[in-house]
Amino acid sequence: MSVKLPMFEKTAPENVQNSQLRRNLGKVTGAIRVKRARVVDEMPDWEALRDAGYALKTKVLRNLDTYLLELETSVTRVGGKVHWAQSAQEANQIVTDLVKSHGATEVIKVKSMTTEETRLNDALAASGIKAIETDLAELIIKLANEESSHILVPAIHKNRSEIRELFIRTLGEPDLTDEPANLAGAARRYLRKKFLTVPVGISGANFAVAETGTIAVVESEGNGRMCTTLPKVLITMMGIEKIIPTWQDFEVFMQTLPRSSTAERMNPYNSFWTGVHEGDGPQEFHLVLVDNGRTEVLKDEIGRQTLNCIRCSACLNVCPVYERTGGHAYHSVYPGPIGAILTPQLIGIENASSLPYASSLCGACYEVCPVKINIPEVLVHLRGRAIKYKKDHGTLKDKLSPEHLGMQAVAKVFANQSRYESAQKLARMGQGVLAKEGYISSLPGYLSGWTAMRDLKTLPQESFRDWWRKREGQK
Amino acid sequence: MKVSLFLSCYHDTLFPEALKSTVKVLERLGHTIDVPMQQTCCGQMHFNTGYQTECMPLLDNMLAAFKEAEVVVSPSASCVGMMREYYPYLAEQHGTHAQAEAVAALNAKTFELSDFLVNKLGVEDVGAYYPHRVTFHPTCHSTRMLKIGDAPLKLLRNVKGIDLVELGAKEECCGFGGTFSLKNADTSMAMLSSKIKNIMNTGAEICTAADTSCLMHIGGGLHRLRTGIKTLHLAEILASTEEHAHVS
Repeated sequence: MSVKLPMFEKTAPENVQNSQLRRNLGKVTGAIRVKRARVVDEMPDWEALRDAGYALKTKVLRNLDTYLLELETSVTRVGGKVHWAQSAQEANQIVTDLVKSHGATEVIKVKSMTTEETRLNDALAASGIKAIETDLAELIIKLANEESSHILVPAIHKNRSEIRELFIRTLGEPDLTDEPANLAGAARRYLRKKFLTVPVGISGANFAVAETGTIAVVESEGNGRMCTTLPKVLITMMGIEKIIPTWQDFEVFMQTLPRSSTAERMNPYNSFWTGVHEGDGPQEFHLVLVDNGRTEVLKDEIGRQTLNCIRCSACLNVCPVYERTGGHAYHSVYPGPIGAILTPQLIGIENASSLPYASSLCGACYEVCPVKINIPEVLVHLRGRAIKYKKDHGTLKDKLSPEHLGMQAVAKVFANQSRYESAQKLARMGQGVLAKEGYISSLPGYLSGWTAMRDLKTLPQESFRDWWRKREGQK
Repeated sequence: MKVSLFLSCYHDTLFPEALKSTVKVLERLGHTIDVPMQQTCCGQMHFNTGYQTECMPLLDNMLAAFKEAEVVVSPSASCVGMMREYYPYLAEQHGTHAQAEAVAALNAKTFELSDFLVNKLGVEDVGAYYPHRVTFHPTCHSTRMLKIGDAPLKLLRNVKGIDLVELGAKEECCGFGGTFSLKNADTSMAMLSSKIKNIMNTGAEICTAADTSCLMHIGGGLHRLRTGIKTLHLAEILASTEEHAHVS
C-alpha cells in the first residue's frame, strides 16, 4: 500500500544548495534553539520532567489496549462517539462519511499531523469536500500547493516576501505589504468568514485523557479554539499513542511540550474539551482512533520508543542535517530526526530505507527530546533492519553494490589479526598512485564522496603496531 | 598501573602519532603500556552502516584481546563510545548472555584517554608544553555519548605556553558521521563548512579534539581549502614537552 520514498541522499544535495532555504532555516532554527535553551535552563527539574515523560509514555504504550478501551468508555460517557480505524484509508472514510452525513461541503481544520499522515484533505477533496486549514503556516502551505517542511512550523522554508506574493495571488488582497501584521490581517479576514460559517471542524489531538475522555490541543494562534468551539460538529482524528492515563499527567507534558516546541513557558491557547454540552460548543463530537502502522511499531522492542513522540519538533530545530537540507529532502510527512525513525517504521523500512541514514548520529536530538527517545539508537537499529532487508529481499543490484560487497569483505579482514595486518601493508603499497605530497585528493568509486570535497592524508609508512613491535624488540 | 591500549584500527593504520603520543603521556605519568596485538577493529563503521551481524566476530575478537586487561584506554572517543553504547545492544540483539556479561566487564574497565586522566586518575596537568594558538572541538561522541564533559579542556588549560581559544558553536557536529560523509557527502560538507568558518574565526593554527575521525574530516577540508590550519589529536599536544616539543 505504501509508496517508496525517493532516496534522501539523492534529493538532499539540491536543497543544500538552495541559498534562500538555507538562510530561512538557519535564521529560524538558530533563534528557536536559543529561546528553547533559555526556557529549559530555568527549570531546575528539567531532567526529572524528561524522565517522567518517558515513564508515562512507556506506561501507556505497555498498556495501550487497556487505556484505549478506557478512553472509549470515557468519551462515550460524556456524549462523544468513538470510531476505530486500522488504516489511513479507513480513517479518511470514516471522516468523509461523517462530513457527508451533515451535508457539508467545507470543513475547517486545526493543524494536525495525523490528518497529514492519512492525507485526509486529499480524501475529502475526492468527495467534493474542501478542507480549509486555519493555522497560518498550514494555510500558506495549502495555498501554495506545497508540502509541509516542519512539524510545527510547516512554512519554515518560506520568508515573508514569498508569503506576500502568495497572498496577493490567492487571497485577492492586492495591497499587501510584507509586514507580518499586515500578512496576518489578510489571513484573518479570510479565516474569520470560514470560522463563522463552516459547520464541521476537524482537529488532531496533542493528548487524550483516558480517565475523563478529554481531548487537548495546544496552539499559538487561537484558530484551534475557533475550530473546536464554533462549528456544530467536531471530529478529532488521533493516533492511538496520544493517550495519557489521567488529568494529572498534564503536569508533566504541559511543562515540557511548550518549552520544547515553541520555546514558551505556556502555549497561548490551551483547549480541552470533554464530550458535548447542550447549548455550548459543538453538539456532536466524534473521535477517530487511528492505528495506521502503530501497533507494528509497538512490536519492535527498540523501535517502539518512537511512539513516545509528542510532536514538539525540538529534534528538528537542533538537527544540523535538517538545518541544511530542510524538510522537503526527507519526502516524509514527518521530517527531521523523528521523521527519519518514525516514517520507516510506519510505512516499512523497504519504502524509506534512506531515512535512517539521513543523520550524522551526533545525538543533539536525543539530548533535547522531552520524552527521551534515544533517536541515534533507533537510527542505527533501523539501519540494521535496512541492511537485513537488503540481504533477505534485495535486488541483485543492491547485493552487488560497492558498499554492500565492501562492508562484508572488510568485516572478514577485520575479524582476524593476520588478515588485518596484511591489509594494512597492501593499503600502504596500493596508495602510491593516488598520493601527492602526502595527501590523496582523488579516490575511486564509493570513496570518491570523500575526496570530492576533502583531502585525505596518506597512510604513514609504519603502522602503530609495527612501531610498537620494533620498540619492544629493541628493549 | 598497567594500561592496555585500545588502538582503534584507523589510528593504528592512518594516524599512529596519536597512539605514540598516548604512550608517551601515560609512560611519563609512570604507567606501563601493554598492546594486545590480537585487536583489530571495534566494528563501529559496520555497526553504524547497518551491518550488525558482521560486527559479532569483531566484538568477540575485542573481548578476547582485552580479557586479561586491568584497564583499557583509547585516544578514540567514538570507538570507546561504540563499545560503551552499542556492544550491549549487539550482545542483546545478536549474541548470548555470556557475551553480554563479557561486554559489561569490558566496559567497566575501558576509558577514553582524557576521561581516564582527569576523571579516573585525577590528573589535569600532564607536564605538557605547546606554544601555539589552539582551538578545541568537543566531538559529539565524546560529549553526548561518553559524557566526558570538559576533561579535554581541563588538560589543555594546563598546557604551558598554549593560547587556547574557544570555538564558536563548538557543540555542533562537524558533519563526519562515518559513512554519512560518503553517502550524504553534500550535507556532510555543508556542515563542515560551518565548522571551518568557526575554526577560522578563532585565528587558531591548530584545531584539536579527542577523536581523530572527526579531525580527519575537518583536517581534510582545511587542507583542501589550503587554510594553513592543521588538526592534531589532543594526545599529541599533551605529549609535547619543553624538551621534546611537538613539531606540527
